[in-house]
Amino acid sequence: MLEIRNLHVSVEGKPILRGIDLDLRAGEVHAIMGPNGSGKSTLAHVLAGRDGYVVTDGEVRYRGQDLLALAPEERAHEGVFLAFQYPVEIPGVANVYLLKAALNALRKHRGEAELDAMDFLALVRDKLGLMEMDEALLYRAVNQGFSGGEKKRNEILQMAVLEPRLAILDETDSGLDIDALKVVANGVNALRNPERAIVLVTHYQRLLDHIVPDRVHVLAQGRIARSGGPELARELEARGYGWIEAQAGEGGREAAPEAGEAGR
Amino acid sequence: MSAAREHYRAQFAQREAELPGATLPWLRRQRAEALERFAERGLPTLRDEDWKYTNVAAIEKRPFETRPAAANGLAAREVARFALDRCQRVVFVNGRFVPELSRLDALAGATIGSLAAALAREPGRVEAVLAAEPAAAHGFAALNAAFWSDGLWIDLAPGTVVEAPLHALYLTLPDGGASPATFPLNVVSAAGGAGVTLLEHYVGPDDAIYLTDAVTRIVAGEGATVRHMRLQQEGRRAFHIAEVGAAQATGSRFDSLALAFGAMLSRAGIATRFDGEGCSTELLGLYVGDGRRHFDHHTLIDHAHPRGVSREFYKGVLDGAARAVFNGRVVVRPDAQRTDALQANHNLLLSDEAEVDTKPQLEIYADDVKCSHGATVGQIDPVQRFYLRARGIDDAQAQALLVRAFAAEIVERVRFAPLRARLQGLLPGQIADEMGVSPCAEPVTN
Ligand SMILES: Nc1ncnc2c1ncn2[C@@H]1O[C@H](COP(=O)(O)OP(=O)(O)OP(=O)(O)O)[C@@H](O)[C@H]1O
Ligand SMILES: [Mg+2]
Repeated sequence: MLEIRNLHVSVEGKPILRGIDLDLRAGEVHAIMGPNGSGKSTLAHVLAGRDGYVVTDGEVRYRGQDLLALAPEERAHEGVFLAFQYPVEIPGVANVYLLKAALNALRKHRGEAELDAMDFLALVRDKLGLMEMDEALLYRAVNQGFSGGEKKRNEILQMAVLEPRLAILDETDSGLDIDALKVVANGVNALRNPERAIVLVTHYQRLLDHIVPDRVHVLAQGRIARSGGPELARELEARGYGWIEAQAGEGGREAAPEAGEAGR
Repeated sequence: MSAAREHYRAQFAQREAELPGATLPWLRRQRAEALERFAERGLPTLRDEDWKYTNVAAIEKRPFETRPAAANGLAAREVARFALDRCQRVVFVNGRFVPELSRLDALAGATIGSLAAALAREPGRVEAVLAAEPAAAHGFAALNAAFWSDGLWIDLAPGTVVEAPLHALYLTLPDGGASPATFPLNVVSAAGGAGVTLLEHYVGPDDAIYLTDAVTRIVAGEGATVRHMRLQQEGRRAFHIAEVGAAQATGSRFDSLALAFGAMLSRAGIATRFDGEGCSTELLGLYVGDGRRHFDHHTLIDHAHPRGVSREFYKGVLDGAARAVFNGRVVVRPDAQRTDALQANHNLLLSDEAEVDTKPQLEIYADDVKCSHGATVGQIDPVQRFYLRARGIDDAQAQALLVRAFAAEIVERVRFAPLRARLQGLLPGQIADEMGVSPCAEPVTN
């Protein structure tokens, strides 16, 4: 589904990603962990097509096409979804309007008819139920005045409505209380199927207790410093990142060392 | 400069005898004095503090024809195009009242229609209202006072409340040849406790150069409510200069909504004065344009008496090389204790060449007052734009949506629903019609 090869990215002339390689197959869930400032959000934004992130080397293929050649909206139409680490407030635009416009843009791209008001509302109510969200949030401005947790739920609500092929969740678990974490995890698990792939950027093992990943990668200093199975996350929880960062420092330009099972 | 003076002097000499009320000595005198005033001062120049950013040299240079062209067959079609539902309508074509295209309900205590007709019917009453006319503030107002041939006349007896909003449509339809000028003079006199909502709506063709030089005088009696709206949708090459002046008696309310979308160059001066205690006013404005359009809004709120409340909120969206001027003057006189005045002007620039000069001007001479003001000039937030695009909304729609979101704070406050609906279509760009789902969120109140 997604192949990232030797991806180098600079922001304002400063190299942030320095040779990322990652393969993600349909049906898989990968977790990306790593210290603050290691480039996780940068990777997520580059995949979604944000301006200002300059790809200086490498390539990204998504379902056989050159992902980096597509505009952000085209990526969305092709099924790429980014749940933002910091969901954006848009005063004056109703949440429900955004949901509907986003869904209809997607359907139009697929050659499907627009949903009528009744079907749309039925769909959204269903997903609101899944996310245990109050319908009143639909009629408020996008994320404006939402609590931190409500914003994160709102991202997953959008994801549930849009049913992306590739979902990248950037720290969706940060700032969630224990119950909300379960709700969000349920929302993600509900989407899990053999046709979809999910990237979870997280700092905490807790989320991975609910959504068990197929692979765990550690991003350090702009590279994947280590990859492994779910047990790698537990090891990180116990040992922190220091040892990996030290290795990454030594490892230089070599391929990322594997922990646990054999690499792919 | 002197060319314009000569031109209008000559026009006046020719037309003086045919202007409405030519046999009424008080009016003849008023017109002659106005012409003198114009001859002394001419049109404003960049050296006038109030016109520093608005260059009217192009108006100065062109010899506008003050004799109204005859209404032609297009009028009915144009009226149908601009008509709004659920309201009474008064139509002026090339400055003249057209009863066949107007639609007025009779209401006891209310006289609504043409000023020229009122002058012929009840000259004493018109004199009583117009005699108090202040000296023209600038050359355009002086020209209007000299040349006006018709306009809206609303005269409400005490306690008369007109429920249906009144749509006054001013249509310029040049008949080829000279560039026409019209000089609408609108007069609203609401006695104690009376109430009315009116919309002045100015339209014209894109392919003609013409001038609209309008003046509106509003008197709100004790406890009266006058809601005044103006929608400037003149043609692309038109010039539009307007003055709206209100005088408010104790406890009255005057609301103003100034919407500007058209014309090459437009200027609206909107002023209100509190002549008694406990008056309130809300001045809203929205200007939206591209190309080389120029918008100028000069407002003045004169808190001359205690316990007055004023709210002023103007927004602008400029694309291309469009330019806007906003000057919001608020005066709080020494006696005007417990004044509560709030003003804001926010601008959204969609291109690098668009430009805004915004200036709040607070002059506070009382000490027990609550006053604040703010002005901003910004661009579309790239993060918001990216967020929308990341959800599959294309770039043009994302921009259109964010422009609507920006304008929503004004649009939502338009109580007159048919006008509010019309505004959506006047904002730039197209947004998907999500089947009745409004793009606008309910405003957050906090
Ligand atoms: N617009 C920018 N201008 C300058 N530096 C930037 C910009 N965006 C990101 N960076 C820098 O790039 C580095 C990686 O940032 P990024 O947000 O990708 O980290 P992260 O791994 O997501 O961190 P966190 O865990 O704190 O969310 C940081 O050092 C950050 O300061
Ligand atoms: Mg991050």
